[in-house]
Amino acid sequence: MSTQVPKQKEAESPAEEESAPSVGKQRRDQAKAERRTAAEKQKEAAEKAKEAEDTYHIKVFRYDPEVEGKQEPRFDEFHVPFTKGMTVLDALMYARDHYDPSLTFRHSCRQAICGSDAFFVNGSQKLGCKTQLSELSEPVRIEPLPHQDVVKDLVVDMDHFYEQMHAIEPYFDPDELPDGELEEQRQTRENREKVKMSTRCIWCGACMSSCNIAAGDNQYLGPAAINKAYRFAMDEREGEARKQERLKIIEQEHGVWRCQTQFSCTEVCPKDIPLTEHIQELKREAVKSNLKFW
Amino acid sequence: MYEHDVIVVGAGGAGLRAAIAAKNEGADVAIVSKLHPVRSHTGAAEGGINAALRDADSWEDHAYDTMKGSDYLGDAPAIETLCKNSPKEVIQLEHWGMAFSREEDGRVSQRPFGGLSFPRTTYAGAETGHQLLHTMYEQLVKSGVQVYDEWHVLNLAVSDEERPEDRTCHGVVAYDVQSGEVSGFRARNGVILATGGPGQAFDHTTNAVSCTGDGQAMAYRAGVPLEDMEFIQFHPTSLPSTGVLISEGVRGEGGILYNAEGERFMFEHGYANNDGELASRDVVSRAELTEVNEGRGIEDEYVHLDMRHLGEERIIDRLENILHLAEDFEGVDGLVEPMPVKPGQHYAMGGIETDENGETCVSGLYAAGECACASVHGANRLGGNALPELIVFGKRAGKHAAGADLETAKITTGKRGEYELAEIDSPVELGEPGSRGDAVADGGAVAEGGATDGDSILEATVTAEKAKIEDLLERDGIHHSEVRSDLQKSMTRYVNVFREEDGLKKALRDIREARDRYQSVAVSDPSRTFNTDLLQTIETQNLLDLAEAITVGALARKEFRGAHWRAEAQERLDDEWLKHTMLSWNDGSPELWYKPVILEGEEKTYEPKIRSY
Repeated sequence: MSTQVPKQKEAESPAEEESAPSVGKQRRDQAKAERRTAAEKQKEAAEKAKEAEDTYHIKVFRYDPEVEGKQEPRFDEFHVPFTKGMTVLDALMYARDHYDPSLTFRHSCRQAICGSDAFFVNGSQKLGCKTQLSELSEPVRIEPLPHQDVVKDLVVDMDHFYEQMHAIEPYFDPDELPDGELEEQRQTRENREKVKMSTRCIWCGACMSSCNIAAGDNQYLGPAAINKAYRFAMDEREGEARKQERLKIIEQEHGVWRCQTQFSCTEVCPKDIPLTEHIQELKREAVKSNLKFW
Repeated sequence: MYEHDVIVVGAGGAGLRAAIAAKNEGADVAIVSKLHPVRSHTGAAEGGINAALRDADSWEDHAYDTMKGSDYLGDAPAIETLCKNSPKEVIQLEHWGMAFSREEDGRVSQRPFGGLSFPRTTYAGAETGHQLLHTMYEQLVKSGVQVYDEWHVLNLAVSDEERPEDRTCHGVVAYDVQSGEVSGFRARNGVILATGGPGQAFDHTTNAVSCTGDGQAMAYRAGVPLEDMEFIQFHPTSLPSTGVLISEGVRGEGGILYNAEGERFMFEHGYANNDGELASRDVVSRAELTEVNEGRGIEDEYVHLDMRHLGEERIIDRLENILHLAEDFEGVDGLVEPMPVKPGQHYAMGGIETDENGETCVSGLYAAGECACASVHGANRLGGNALPELIVFGKRAGKHAAGADLETAKITTGKRGEYELAEIDSPVELGEPGSRGDAVADGGAVAEGGATDGDSILEATVTAEKAKIEDLLERDGIHHSEVRSDLQKSMTRYVNVFREEDGLKKALRDIREARDRYQSVAVSDPSRTFNTDLLQTIETQNLLDLAEAITVGALARKEFRGAHWRAEAQERLDDEWLKHTMLSWNDGSPELWYKPVILEGEEKTYEPKIRSY
């Protein structure tokens, strides 16, 4: 399992094949090159932190398609002063704000709900904000999610993931609604409980990245999209007709039957969604509904 | 250049609702957002949505509670609009499939929340915001609204007339995070700001790192007044180490607050003899800090929130997410031990001045959600009133911008109605250092040759923003994070739950210093690709403007009302202060003025009463 930088860039030797940099960019690069003092200061700070006893050693994947020296993927090492409760995300933020402002990663809520910061940490998909440094062995290796194109450093292109999520018609679409704008649909507690875990998905992409099938079959809907389909197919408020349509979408060639129940998605899901079980259940539903129509 | 009828900036609850509403009116709508919609901070809302759904409840009671909660600084037309429309908007969400918690009879569940006379907080576990955000994003996908995600809006393209009330907004300028392209987005009908709050002006906050008040700062610089910025809600139950929110739902379900001596202080020390833990948020936050300041805090920092007695079954059923948050972010098992909590910045009651249709005083510019101030929340927002605000006012702004007929607003915007000018007693010069003092500094763009058509104004704004970015990338200087971090610390120290004149003046000095230092910031990442260094540097400028506005408002208002407490005047002074604090960006610095509160509702006038819980 390896991290992918966009293919056309990988083969290129940096300077020649790039289109000529703009005058502005040349000037910028020159200015940066001259900025030794700032860089030295950062280095000093990093050295000091290294000497201090309580630091964590992290190794972070770096890549930028347009910055010299970063076009070839590499790992940068940072020694981050450790404080109790520090997460992988905290360490990255510290390294960015104190050592290298160009260190790039998505993050927003810091509380495992926005789903921005799934990374490949010591060989496994994890949410940076929810992963304690103290539970990891050093050096902590932080890479972008595997099987997705890397945009820069830890940022991957999520477009394919979003396309798969959209492919299952991810919106509630009931056969009928109650009359009256103040009339609610009834739903049993049991049914709400049944779909509850599936609604917890935060679209972080960890599951898709961990899935061997998705890695080999780019058209495979993937665990998150199938779980999204489950969320609607199992919701009693939608009705039987819509459910049958949904089952048709997920039992297509690149749908549920591709899953080989390896449970890797379930293992990495930061919201503990039983993804594999949901996929299996949809397989059974698909079989049942096909029998019905025979 | 891109062109649409309606451009919505931001894709949280208000932005998504606005976009769907505008689309339903037949408009060509696009969302431009610095985050993908599902990453928006609406997703972190936990507790619920207030709506008078049941026969024993009424929108009038909801309005009364909200007005009382606002400490009589909310405007009745806005509050009544919220409370009347919330029930049908909540049922709309249910019709869109939102996974609300349910009663035995299959109807949506409601629970008690602070300051409410009826348990009308409709919820989905302790993850109501997540369910709401995803439900609305699903409907957005269904509607086919175009989303420009990871496009960071840099500025508004607003004409440069002398009076903001005469200006028009023609679009926005945005930066494509992935490619570095700067482009204009022309809005034929209107621009709706739905960009959230400025929580990152503080260092202990429940807000996401993306909550940098971009829309507020852009509107402010374009001449739109900011209203009641001093009213910042500090949520009484955030985790001490990270600021992660522990929902009011815990207290709604029966959770109890204890001090270090094991006293149930809300009652035992008389902070709220009737409602105890379920008093309004400002009351509970002050109580907690008083306990800590008087030596009854735990580790001199926090108090305990205990929910163990609710039992595992009920906790898992209604508050499961809280167990995960306490475990993951504080290492505490809420089933076997009490959770440490302390007040944390949570919400900005103030914001971009709008009327109840979401319109600002600049033609073609709207705002909805936390970034806006209609004003529904006045001096203090009740728990469970933020989410209905998103859906009610998001929808109204969307409809109005798309050209639908709404009733004429009763609230006036800009200096169109009654107002009074005032002096700011600042120890330092305010505003942007070295401001050019012309209309451009006010946010208005001057097109080449003085052209005043929308396209030319947008083009001129694009050119100006490109130049600004080139400048930030090319020059040498300090990193913005030092400036931001010092600003946040000063705000949390001096513009917190308890405020006094000296502290507020110290904060203004710190902000002045931070502004001066910001003059020499530079971006060290030279890349055009996903340059977060550049974008955060720009966000820090927004935080500087907003921190100053918050502090100026706090210094000006010499009374204690809602979330705003002043050491020098520890009571509510209705004779003098039943008025909104307004700040306009004028020649590069804030101008202070006031406008009266509207307490006259449709059927009755809300008489200010003593606010006790």
